[in-house]
Amino acid sequence: MRRVLAVLLCAAAPAALAGAPADLLRDYEAQARRGDPGFAGASPARGAELYRRSGIASAGPEAGCASCHSPDPRWPGRHGRTGKPIAPLAPAANPERLADPAQAEKWFRRNCRDVLARECTAQEKADFVRFLIEAK
Amino acid sequence: MSFRRFAPVAVLVLTVTATGVLLASGPEDPERRGVAPRTVNPTWRTECGACHVAYPPALLPARSWEKLMSGLADHFGEDASLDAATAREIAAYLVRESGDRGAGRAGRKAARAVAPGETPLRITGTRWFRHEHDEIAPGVWRRAAIGSAANCGACHEGAAEGDFSERRVAVPREDRTAAHAAGSQ
Repeated sequence: MRRVLAVLLCAAAPAALAGAPADLLRDYEAQARRGDPGFAGASPARGAELYRRSGIASAGPEAGCASCHSPDPRWPGRHGRTGKPIAPLAPAANPERLADPAQAEKWFRRNCRDVLARECTAQEKADFVRFLIEAK
Repeated sequence: MSFRRFAPVAVLVLTVTATGVLLASGPEDPERRGVAPRTVNPTWRTECGACHVAYPPALLPARSWEKLMSGLADHFGEDASLDAATAREIAAYLVRESGDRGAGRAGRKAARAVAPGETPLRITGTRWFRHEHDEIAPGVWRRAAIGSAANCGACHEGAAEGDFSERRVAVPREDRTAAHAAGSQ
């Protein structure tokens, strides 16, 4: 019986992790709705557009998400300056992604400032997270 | 479930554990440690190692790390900002293990090569670094698999663990790098 319980617990753990990106999406959607009551929910198409947009700021005019994270978020990327490999952004390809809200916030803050010279809005984050979740 | 069945596994587990403990807590040997820090702060390794090799604290003096850690929002042109508590923890660690405070012989040599009035922020710009790499032609740094001198791990296989010993250096060749670049696009 104890063994059955252990097996059940092990099987439940990945399911709990898989819920984390969805929780993050819900948080960002709730924030976006607070700022704009007319917000109709995250759009993966807008998220994809943000991913492919070129930057304007410190990382260089040609730099956007895709320049380090590769053209497809399911693929591994490479840091433009240091050459360090970057694990894929899409949770489907890398279960560690979007699992920790503090990590997600840290990277949104840094990379939005680098690429757009400002912080991203809650709506942009919701769109982006939905785009990543749906990249399968 | 007999002991006999599990004995070989137990021996293996104990051996691996004991080796790990010895490696982690072995007495300091300044001759052999190279530029590796005495202790490894996991926050330093994770946060600094997210974008580049977690560069050995011994390769810059304490004042350099203090200046660098107070300007993370513009870290060589990129935003590398951290929450205040994390930044404080990493700064304290870097200072403790810096070239002029916590380093072994190799690190102290790097620190001595920095003039007293200087506060370098780039390890690759120090006299020590240029001296250590004076046999590397400028074109080598630009090979696709290397990219820049900041990419220690391209040639130093043990860079992520702080091992920069000569016997673990393998400079990628041009042909391999061209193939790699084509494959990664």
